[in-house]
Amino acid sequence: MSLLRVSSPHMTRPGNTGDVMLLVIMATLPGLAMLTWFFGWGTFINILWASLVAIGCEALIVALRGRPVRHYLRDYSAILTAVLLGLSLPPLAPWWLTLIAVSFAIIVAKHLYGGIGQNPFNPAMVGYALVLIAFPVEMTSWLAPQTLSITPGQSMGFIDALFAIFPFLSKISLSVSVETFDAVTMATPLDAFKHKGALTAEEFWSTELIVSTVSWKAWQLVSIGFLVGGIYLIYRKIFTWHIPVSMLAALGIMSLIFWSTDPSNYAYPELHLLGGATMLGAFFIATDPVTAATSIKGKLYYGAGIGILVYLIRNWGNYPDAIAFAVLLMNFVAPLIDHYTQPRTYGHKSTK
Amino acid sequence: MNWQPNKHLHTFHGGIHPPENKQQSTRAAIETTLLPSKLILPLQQHIGQQAKTLVQVGDQVLKGQMIAEPNGYVSAAVHAPTSGTVTAIEAHALPHPSGLSEQCIIIEPDGKDEWTQLTPVVDYQQLAKADLLQHISDAGITGLGGAGFPTAVKLNPSEDLPINTLILNAAECEPYITADDMLMREHAAEVITGLQIMAHILQPEKCLIGIEVNKPEAIAALQHAVDELQLTELITIERIPVKYPSGGEKQLIQILTGMEVPNGGIPADIGMVCHNVGTAVAVSRAIIKGEPLISRITTITGEAVSRQGNIEVLLGTPIDTLLAHFGVKQDKLHRLVMGGPMMGFTLDDVSLPVVKATNCILAATRKELPDPAPEQACIRCGMCAEACPASLLPQQLYWFSKSREFDKALSHNLLDCIECGACSYVCPSNIPLVQYYRFAKGEIRIEEHERTASDHARQRFEARTARLEQEEAEKEAKRQARAEAAAAAKKAKEAASDSNDDKAIDPKAAVVQAALERAKARKAKKAAETATGEVADDTPSKQPAVDKDTPKLSAVERAKARKAARAAEQGNEQTTDKAAKKGGLSALEKAKAKRAQQADGSKPSEQPESSSKAEKKGPSALERAKAKRAAEGEQLTNSDTAAVDNTEPAKAMSALEKAKAKRAAQSSDAESTAAAAAPVSALERAKAKRAEQAQQSPSEPAAEEKKQLSALERAKLKRAQAADNEASVETSAASTTDRPDSADKKPMSALERAKAKRAEQAMQDAAEDSAADTENRD
Repeated sequence: MSLLRVSSPHMTRPGNTGDVMLLVIMATLPGLAMLTWFFGWGTFINILWASLVAIGCEALIVALRGRPVRHYLRDYSAILTAVLLGLSLPPLAPWWLTLIAVSFAIIVAKHLYGGIGQNPFNPAMVGYALVLIAFPVEMTSWLAPQTLSITPGQSMGFIDALFAIFPFLSKISLSVSVETFDAVTMATPLDAFKHKGALTAEEFWSTELIVSTVSWKAWQLVSIGFLVGGIYLIYRKIFTWHIPVSMLAALGIMSLIFWSTDPSNYAYPELHLLGGATMLGAFFIATDPVTAATSIKGKLYYGAGIGILVYLIRNWGNYPDAIAFAVLLMNFVAPLIDHYTQPRTYGHKSTK
Repeated sequence: MNWQPNKHLHTFHGGIHPPENKQQSTRAAIETTLLPSKLILPLQQHIGQQAKTLVQVGDQVLKGQMIAEPNGYVSAAVHAPTSGTVTAIEAHALPHPSGLSEQCIIIEPDGKDEWTQLTPVVDYQQLAKADLLQHISDAGITGLGGAGFPTAVKLNPSEDLPINTLILNAAECEPYITADDMLMREHAAEVITGLQIMAHILQPEKCLIGIEVNKPEAIAALQHAVDELQLTELITIERIPVKYPSGGEKQLIQILTGMEVPNGGIPADIGMVCHNVGTAVAVSRAIIKGEPLISRITTITGEAVSRQGNIEVLLGTPIDTLLAHFGVKQDKLHRLVMGGPMMGFTLDDVSLPVVKATNCILAATRKELPDPAPEQACIRCGMCAEACPASLLPQQLYWFSKSREFDKALSHNLLDCIECGACSYVCPSNIPLVQYYRFAKGEIRIEEHERTASDHARQRFEARTARLEQEEAEKEAKRQARAEAAAAAKKAKEAASDSNDDKAIDPKAAVVQAALERAKARKAKKAAETATGEVADDTPSKQPAVDKDTPKLSAVERAKARKAARAAEQGNEQTTDKAAKKGGLSALEKAKAKRAQQADGSKPSEQPESSSKAEKKGPSALERAKAKRAAEGEQLTNSDTAAVDNTEPAKAMSALEKAKAKRAAQSSDAESTAAAAAPVSALERAKAKRAEQAQQSPSEPAAEEKKQLSALERAKLKRAQAADNEASVETSAASTTDRPDSADKKPMSALERAKAKRAEQAMQDAAEDSAADTENRD
């Protein structure tokens, strides 16, 4: 009998970082299901491809750093980054776009800063921002919702999506009937609204028929999918409600104020909350604990900051959506917020 | 009955809900029969000073006999848990996280279990508070909840902290532990009696018993006891929610009252005192039955013992005896914990004894308490911050501790961490957070210690540097003063010789001559005249004296002449110093003044002897200094009117002047004292001897005489010598007179040494100065 000398506590809750990451990945499923339902297999294939790239990059760098590869792969953080990127990129984003985004996210944004837990910026958003700036055309062509599209012949199967993403595959596999497929791409509702030109909001909604009905509905459902996943994570205490709620509240209030003062120029709050990547951002991007503020008060400030920045960039910036930039900007501020929002410790009169 | 937590209670931030694992050990009643073959009683089972042994090896002791007494206020007695023989008093490993060894009394029980004479209190209500506390202290009671703070001390908060709430901690929130639960179930009446006694001592407005709702039997038993004793007015049983660490003193106070113990304070600061239920029972037994604390109830649990339960075990029982009693499965025992799984510490030696704070022995299998999982990176998920009962940010503290940024850790209130382990428990990355905090706390403590040590060293160094600088400055000032004084004296002499007849030149010539001779004998005789005759007189009376003596051309004359010259110098020195001082009193000057006063104070015996001072002696050093200075002023005026153009310093003296005056006076005192000649004191003998010595050879030591002198006199003597040498033209003479001094130095006090040093210094300076003086005159 050899008795161990171990420092207390001797009991820990079962589980590890990998479990947390897996849970978050699972929570993206409702949103992913909606995306796949409306926009075909593109996103799904993106995620698979991104995950492969992520595992490869992670293993490579961890091996280069002389760390135990299996131990680090098992925290699933690289896969989560890949999943989040896959969900953010357009469904038919070409394979090299995903490759660039994911490898940059893992190698530069994560490991160059010291690996898991050390990165000051959300790796997925760094990767996303890179390809958004570098390849604006590819990044802004989103598929039209296919399930509700009028012509059934245009519905896109798994193979079609695969070939669209990896065009060279169609040349290799001759068995498959090569069928040039012209994906119907169109702007997201937010994008369309932003580029409505001289139209007033009312005119926009009446003219842009597809946006106003089919696409809009699809996006609402996708957002609700992410919302459901996010609420589940809050229920499982993976993160607290503070960041998503304050972010959504800030964005909602901002849009409400502007919309109520000038409804013909500003989109109504619902479009901001359910159009675009708002829900994905609020529950899965902004809540990335490594890069967010930590104290309760800090989280509220952090979330609100993202919400406000999203609104500002969407309305007056160059990009139709702004989650990535808003999150990255707030990543800069997070340490400062942390410094000024220490909670009051038991027995202390006030925070410093 | 309703087992829901009371609604009006407050809550604390965070907390966790680990599996309780309490059922295993509550199935059976508390066992009592276990008499080990050896008892190991550490002298240190409590917070505070180690107890002092009262027995010796081989002594027969009776059950309940005090074998070690408290050593100081915060300490606790140790008693023999059973009758037997003291077989050893030696260092033995202690059940302590440090694993260190300390002195233990080893008793071999004789099996008779024979009690010593007990002194129960018949009616504690009639007893004074101090007597009750003494009883509790004599019973060796310490907090039985875990920390082990002497109970009598905790029951005696300072007078200015009135206690309004006495809290009995019955939460027992740690998993596995059921000692308090079982104690309350079986000894509820004693718990309540103990609480009643404590309340009698502290006189609180109310007593609260905080108990987690997972102990329904205990709650019922307590309620029954309270009802039976008709104490419902005083005592309220508060059912609190099950949440770890609600049994933490600070957390329990927050739950029950909503108040927080202020940072760095104790519960008494907010009018509260918190005791454990086990302590209450011990107090009850000590007062009602007179029994000291010799046993406690301990939970033996874990899957590595074949039956789990509670046992009232004698303090000092080796844990292996206990484990064997409960059927330990040696092959399965993987981790042995004293205390609970959250805050307990591991034991790597089963021969350790049960001590007063041992509330649980957890013999766990590998499956039960698995080895720590590999630590993963912190992802700052914040679950730890959610769990922290002190509202800290454990993830930040972790980063700071790991990167050794201790100042940041401190600014994030690391020291408020109670090491409850909630953060480590919830951490998904399996980071041993508490270990990091312990490390950081330890490092901070070491740093603080080193800082204090280096501060002390720096202060010492600075003080020394300051002192050296001061001495240097003093020397410099003196040197300068003398140079000026010498110049002035020369001028004065010339003036004097002009105004008076050529007799005045004689002394001058005599001085030059005497310079070679170094015959200081002048002082004894010369002083005899000057001091007796002319101190109170004015110039004319002195002048004749000089006249009368001059023809003899003896040492006396020369000495007199010297004295005149020196007095002139001194007078001038004083003026210069005064002028210098006018710019403001520097620390240096103040120090001088002080030293002068000290010197003065150190020789009060001199006062009555000094004829010139006799009439003037004041009560304070200051006055004496003034008086002296006045006397000196007179002397100066007498000795050489022309030279003394500084009669005005007599008025309005600052501390500095007084100090200066003192020093000057001391030297003149020496003369006048000697001059008085009437009292045949050792001092005078010394003076006389010195005179002789000076006549013969200045370098010859009169050791045997000096030895007889008191330190005071020696100091005086030295000063006198110094004064002597002041006049010396030869520096060599100064350096030779140095020698007897150094031989003498040993028995002197620091003060005297300092004086002596100064005297030497002065002597050297004077030698140089007067040499210059002589040159000038020549």
